[in-house]
Amino acid sequence: MKDLRYIDGVTSLSLDRSVCIGCKMCSQVCPQAVFSYHAGKASIEDGDGCMECGACGVNCPVGALSVNPGVG
Amino acid sequence: MVCTRRSWSDLAGTVSVRLGFNRNRYLVAPGLYAVGAPDRSAPVLVTANYKLSFDTLRFALPGRHIWLLVLDTCGINVWCAAGKGTFSTQELVFRVEASGLAKLVDHRRLIVPQLGATGISALQVKEQSGFSIQFGPLRASDIAAWFDNGKREIEGMRDVTFSLKERAELIPVEFHLALKSMWWLFPLLFIISGIGPDLQITARLMSRGMWMIVALLAGTGAGIILVPLLLPWLPGRAFALKGAIAGLLCGLFLIFMTETGLRLPELLALLGIVVVMSSYLGMNFTGSTPYTSPTGVEWEMKRAIPAQFSLLVGALMLWVGTPLVLT
Repeated sequence: MKDLRYIDGVTSLSLDRSVCIGCKMCSQVCPQAVFSYHAGKASIEDGDGCMECGACGVNCPVGALSVNPGVG
Repeated sequence: MVCTRRSWSDLAGTVSVRLGFNRNRYLVAPGLYAVGAPDRSAPVLVTANYKLSFDTLRFALPGRHIWLLVLDTCGINVWCAAGKGTFSTQELVFRVEASGLAKLVDHRRLIVPQLGATGISALQVKEQSGFSIQFGPLRASDIAAWFDNGKREIEGMRDVTFSLKERAELIPVEFHLALKSMWWLFPLLFIISGIGPDLQITARLMSRGMWMIVALLAGTGAGIILVPLLLPWLPGRAFALKGAIAGLLCGLFLIFMTETGLRLPELLALLGIVVVMSSYLGMNFTGSTPYTSPTGVEWEMKRAIPAQFSLLVGALMLWVGTPLVLT
């Protein structure tokens, strides 16, 4: 979220770019516009915007994304 | 067949749920529903069996012919149910099977709301049911525009928002939940206010006791009304801090704008109570916001709870001690 920001530098989200196939599924499901694309692969553009909902991790077809989602 | 127009009873139901009544039992039966007259090529939308979710979706589809596949989420909305595992891959695969969807449509595509992606793996649904998933827009109100745009999103459709209106809608239910869990503080702190060196208990209850109730109400109001409404403008990132500042403003207003007849240590104690209450309730509001991460909440709670607890103990010692020490 661009106008409302939470605690910086704590997110559990991580991306292994060497595994990414650039299918763009993560940006389809991300509600916070965390991802962008460079050279045909995803990159974490706004990690501090991540709310750890876990949608990207569940839907990454190659397991390139890991996030520790809470309940809620 | 479902109606796409809102009736008076739908409206009354919405208002009562928003106020927090009957909120956990407001549901529709899971299964397949028809909006308009869907044929074998009509799109299939997936949703939860919380009646507010179901209503929001059907009212967004006037004049369209669509299948609605309602999953059993025990009456919880899509996003929360996806996070808690009832709006899930397993339930979707089961519901596709149980509803006989494959015999009613020729295509093998499902449209799942974007926020359902937390609980649903498109890959696994495809493997287990043969249906491929397209994640639709985040808000039901965008669904018509999304269809009209050839099932492609328009700028902003993928991003969650937390507008003043969306924040204000949460206030009644937050109030309901806070009173349900914290009502006992009111009689307890009222009675504690009567403690003193002599038997003038009634007099102390009438002055100190009443002002304590006012302070608790001010703290509740600050945490539950001011924090959501002023969220973008309250300084700091941590909700406990935002709540403390809202409480400080309310508490100072209370002290300077009213003639309490209380002594300085008592006023400081009341200020502390307002700040603690508001800070705690503000922190509690992280559970209802759509942008706070669990790791961030943990980070904040580790720091805020000891501070809130110390302030509470200090304020109560000051409050109870003043009539005993100062005469």
